[in-house]
Amino acid sequence: MKMAIAKQEVRALSGDEAVAYAVKQSDVDVVAAYPITPQTIIVERFSEYVHNGEVDTEFICVESEHSALTACLAASATGVRTFTASGSAGLALMHEILYVTSGCRAPVVMAIVNRALSAPINIHCDHADSMVERDAGWIQIYVENSQETYDSVIQAFRIAEDPDILLPTMVMLDAFVISHTLESVKVLPDDIVRKFVGTRQIPLVKNHEGKLVPFKLDPENPVTMGPLDLYDYYFEHKRQQEDAMQRASQKIKQIHDEYGEITGRRYGNGLINPYRLEDAEIAAICLGSTAGTAKTVVDQLRAKGVKAGLLRLRAYRPFPAQDVTKVLENVKAIAVMDRSHSFGAYGGPVFHEVRHTLYDAATHPQIVNYVYGLGGRDMPQTLIHEIYKELQKILETKRVKKPVRFIGVRE
Amino acid sequence: MTAKQKGWKELPIAGLCWKPSTEYFTGDWRTFKPMLDEEKCTKCLICYIDCPDVAVKWKPEDEKIEFDYNFCKGCGICANVCPSEAIKMVLE
Repeated sequence: MKMAIAKQEVRALSGDEAVAYAVKQSDVDVVAAYPITPQTIIVERFSEYVHNGEVDTEFICVESEHSALTACLAASATGVRTFTASGSAGLALMHEILYVTSGCRAPVVMAIVNRALSAPINIHCDHADSMVERDAGWIQIYVENSQETYDSVIQAFRIAEDPDILLPTMVMLDAFVISHTLESVKVLPDDIVRKFVGTRQIPLVKNHEGKLVPFKLDPENPVTMGPLDLYDYYFEHKRQQEDAMQRASQKIKQIHDEYGEITGRRYGNGLINPYRLEDAEIAAICLGSTAGTAKTVVDQLRAKGVKAGLLRLRAYRPFPAQDVTKVLENVKAIAVMDRSHSFGAYGGPVFHEVRHTLYDAATHPQIVNYVYGLGGRDMPQTLIHEIYKELQKILETKRVKKPVRFIGVRE
Repeated sequence: MTAKQKGWKELPIAGLCWKPSTEYFTGDWRTFKPMLDEEKCTKCLICYIDCPDVAVKWKPEDEKIEFDYNFCKGCGICANVCPSEAIKMVLE
């Protein structure tokens, strides 16, 4: 059944404010967060909503990010909806609890404002903080602008809490470029968001007495969560997490589509967001806000008759390998753009993933890696033009001279 | 010693306990096994008190102690505290 598109109000919101507004509308029970630039505004705005009585949320002031996520994990284990936000050093301090949260299958939702890691200290955007957490068992969604930030946070509650999935989910937005930039954001009425996110559904599990009870900490129906799990069972529980990740791909698409029915907004199929790729011979691949600039470059190249396209990865975990392979099947030369680097590795993390995915592609495209924008270094159109120029050269010569490159850094 | 173990498709998620700890045998952690010399045992029950796993059982009807090998992890405390040297730890 087709639903009518809801009437939406346009508000001037920065990315951080868009997160806070989405959380306000999503009927969240517990928020525990610790401020860190450039995520601070999320926590500030939300604590204002709490102070003004605009939300029915327990706001827990904690002394660190390690405690923030621990509090969210514990609250989530009782079956309620929880949210936190962090980035950079704050996310790094959560590292241990990220694994505990996914291992306990606690569907915490977190906004990450991507900021470089120290040292030297830097408050600006790159993806190093969330890239190191890609193996932590969290779903990762990277957004392009404030509008998508708002939309994705709302979707994240549905994805994480789906009884078939139960995986914590992080939504990544670029520091300052998105977090502090005021944009026109279309917001849904409160009741429509409330209806979309619904109440958290708790699946039934068999407890130690053989009784079928809700999967939550409840004195009336006791269960034991997070016990010692050695070589005889740990592996099975990790295998279950991978299974949930694989199933999450379909769920992300489905929830993205359902949301699109209400708002009229879609970002590709929810996992990948291709731009002018249908007949493209060359293409760049990136995450986050860089896609906005790259689309302009693609348009300029297309106006000159160059068959250029762009692929933005929206979901990074689960990695949409099948979708990436399919959408790039006719592309001959590809540039993978990494806004973080794995020191000593053969290229950045997105390059690893994409090149590895395309190893089996029948067309054997030429692939080059560009590490860019570390510590908030600007990525202007001129540099993206350079990448596409190199792709045109690769297309002609059918050869990648230097597969891993750094762009926008002074020699 | 443990019964056929469940696969990942059958287990509840998140390491949730689906059976009581009394059915989760930890005896297979053991390397050394306590063996009792009944002739030397004076039934003082110091081992019964000191066993951290409640794996030393006192059978009043038979007036003797027994080890519960389903739960004895082989720590050797019983052998150490025994004043009559009635318990020997034997490699399994």
